[in-house]
Amino acid sequence: MSVTATSTAASATILPFAESAAKITRDVRPLRLITCGSVDDGKSTLIGRLLWDTKAVKEDQAVTLARDSGGQNDLGLPDFALLLDGLQAEREQGITIDVAYRYFSTEKRSFIVADTPGHEQYTRNMATGASTADLAILLADARVGLLEQTRRHATIASLMGIRQFVLAVNKFDLVNYDREIFDRISHEFREFALSLGVRQITAIPMSALKGENVVYPATSTMPWYEGPTLVDALELATTRSTQTGGFRLPVQRVSRPGESFRGYQGTVAGGSIKPGDSVVILPSGTIANVKQIVTFDLVRNAAVAGDAITLVLDRQVDVARGDVIASLDGQPMTGVSFEAQMVALQPGGIEPGKRYWLKSGSRRQRVAVEPISQLDLQSGSWAPHASGLDMNAIGKVRLSFEEQAVFDTYEQNRSTGAFILIDPDTLNTVAGGMITAKRGELGGIRRGEPVQGDRVILSLPADLAELLMATDAFAARRDDVDIRRVSGAEAAQILTSGDKDR
Amino acid sequence: MPLSVQETEIKNPPVSRPPLDPHLKALENEAIHIFREVAAEFENPVMLYSIGKDSSVLLHLARKAFFPGRVPFPLLHVDTTWKFKEMIAFRDKVAEDYDLDLVVHSNVRGRQENITPFTHGSSFYTDVMKTEALRQALDAGGYDAAFGGARRDEEASRAKERIYSFRTPDHKWDPRNQRPELWNVYNGMIRKGESVRAFPLSNWTEVDIWRYIQAENIPLVPLYYAAERPYVERDGMMILAEDERLELLPGEEIKHGSIRFRTLGCFPLTGAIRSTASNLEEVIAELEIATVSERQGRAIDRDQSGSMEKKKREGYF
Repeated sequence: MSVTATSTAASATILPFAESAAKITRDVRPLRLITCGSVDDGKSTLIGRLLWDTKAVKEDQAVTLARDSGGQNDLGLPDFALLLDGLQAEREQGITIDVAYRYFSTEKRSFIVADTPGHEQYTRNMATGASTADLAILLADARVGLLEQTRRHATIASLMGIRQFVLAVNKFDLVNYDREIFDRISHEFREFALSLGVRQITAIPMSALKGENVVYPATSTMPWYEGPTLVDALELATTRSTQTGGFRLPVQRVSRPGESFRGYQGTVAGGSIKPGDSVVILPSGTIANVKQIVTFDLVRNAAVAGDAITLVLDRQVDVARGDVIASLDGQPMTGVSFEAQMVALQPGGIEPGKRYWLKSGSRRQRVAVEPISQLDLQSGSWAPHASGLDMNAIGKVRLSFEEQAVFDTYEQNRSTGAFILIDPDTLNTVAGGMITAKRGELGGIRRGEPVQGDRVILSLPADLAELLMATDAFAARRDDVDIRRVSGAEAAQILTSGDKDR
Repeated sequence: MPLSVQETEIKNPPVSRPPLDPHLKALENEAIHIFREVAAEFENPVMLYSIGKDSSVLLHLARKAFFPGRVPFPLLHVDTTWKFKEMIAFRDKVAEDYDLDLVVHSNVRGRQENITPFTHGSSFYTDVMKTEALRQALDAGGYDAAFGGARRDEEASRAKERIYSFRTPDHKWDPRNQRPELWNVYNGMIRKGESVRAFPLSNWTEVDIWRYIQAENIPLVPLYYAAERPYVERDGMMILAEDERLELLPGEEIKHGSIRFRTLGCFPLTGAIRSTASNLEEVIAELEIATVSERQGRAIDRDQSGSMEKKKREGYF
């Protein structure tokens, strides 16, 4: 672990980046990323610069831009914000109000960018963009450093399962390319990201306006920086892969083109499968073996997470849309009561006790939602909360089903651990949620009914705390644990008073 | 092959090809997932088929999604009656070869009132013969979901379009009030009369489309490939001069040259480009160095900035 060795600007990369890059054969699947920041941070300029320098913007689009904006900036570039803000309503208001998707590519890879607005009230849009993203670019203005908003965006991104952050410290031309400023901001960000359980962190000093360290390196103005450019970092990033876990196939359709053929169609949501493997159909629990994997490109001898396939089993079993076909070893959780984290997406919020439709994979079923606590985005802590969740609120909730439900935790599987809530009155999508545990069998350090604020407090010397926070074990438990950095004497005192309380 | 699959009747059985590169494979998987989800969730889906390259890719993906079964919904072609002749011939051959249910609809009112792109201007003509015709056809079929080949990279207002794009009973799109769309969990719940436009190609770019056509050997209307063709220059566009309904204006003359089309629509509104790219490899090579977007050849987008958003709000696909 090179966690402790990072204050040099020579490597702004916190994780052993070189090691992981060497281990992984280059990933050429499209990288999905989200950009977080506000107009003030220069987000439109950054995305515009990416599109411009990778030649994703064509001449006629630039001409339309020039015509609409009536001019160019002093570098002879068009006003990128106009290119990006697609809807007339937004142009009139001068703000971005929705998630927009941008596409660009380099020789090595292609990228899908979810461009989300920075305003506080649009947490829901950020959650939407982050749900499919593998990496988040967080923007900071070099003149002001990290804002409350940057922390908020990082918190939401980590909650939605993003495990790779790039901190783009923008407008470096306005601080005389001062290395100390970069060191301070990147160090502060690293500490914060680690506390969220995110360990792949790359900080890059840049000027999006001048195109420095975005696509092209800024060797003349920032010779002290030897890390990757933004595009270098994006090319090296990994896409999420759930190929290591158990096999999961949420059944979308049963294909019966003739009497003799019955195939179960869906997209593999985790693990891999080959003919001969034993599988269980959930929630019924029926067991069968895989006979063949059919695709248009003839019969295949294996399928992995992400593949859209048709599975044929070796016996007549009852399988319907919404069922999950899973590996016998490492089955998902089946039950009627789960815990989840949830983002409320609509003005009406989430009402406790109301029966909603929940859709996960291809399964839709009735559920009642009971909020337990709500995340305070200012402090990053969970506060007890008994009433409903307002729009943009992030809460921990208890889900109660009328019929058996099948889930993995979101931590283990971003497909089978994710769901949306649909309001039965408006039919609108009112929440996005992530399963954290099955209730009744909550393992680990919590026992019985979880009481809010019931977190384990670990009081540790600062260096130990740093090490612990960089581990997988902590990442998986970060909601359960509160780390306090203390001296040995303080720790002893806490222990004594804790014993007295019992 | 000793498969149970073989027992079902399949026209044009698939042939073995080298595996797709991971990028195209990911896009293909996503599109197939969307096709299957819509087909399972909606009662009466239809696929909008415009005969162009994106439609050809869309159709290919639909066949893959439901293999070894047939494509379980009809294809709808809104025929403005001003399409290139080669397009219509291609459409009919495809429907025959792939055993598809093809529905063709033209706006009867528009034909009776003789609304043409020459006499009424591109904007009004498009409203009647495309937008109004599409609404008529969707209403007539009672379709609750319609697949389209739109891509988010095509035009600024499309960048915010959802994969399931919700429409009111009168086919209006409200860009300010779209349903959030998280992960690949799509909300297909609608009320009677409402409908959803589903876009399996949302995340594809023009280059992806061409590379996929190449990798999968998907047949296209020959107009996409360069050949010696007659044309007329009008309003800065090269218009194909093959249809007897094209009347020359004073000063215009029919020229000949090696041209091709990057998009296909109504021939009077679709500009050709000068090109010698007469096969797929050459078209892709040309595209990779192209400095203008594909919609540049479309008269309909140039009326005013934001014109596509306006048309979409009114029900244009």
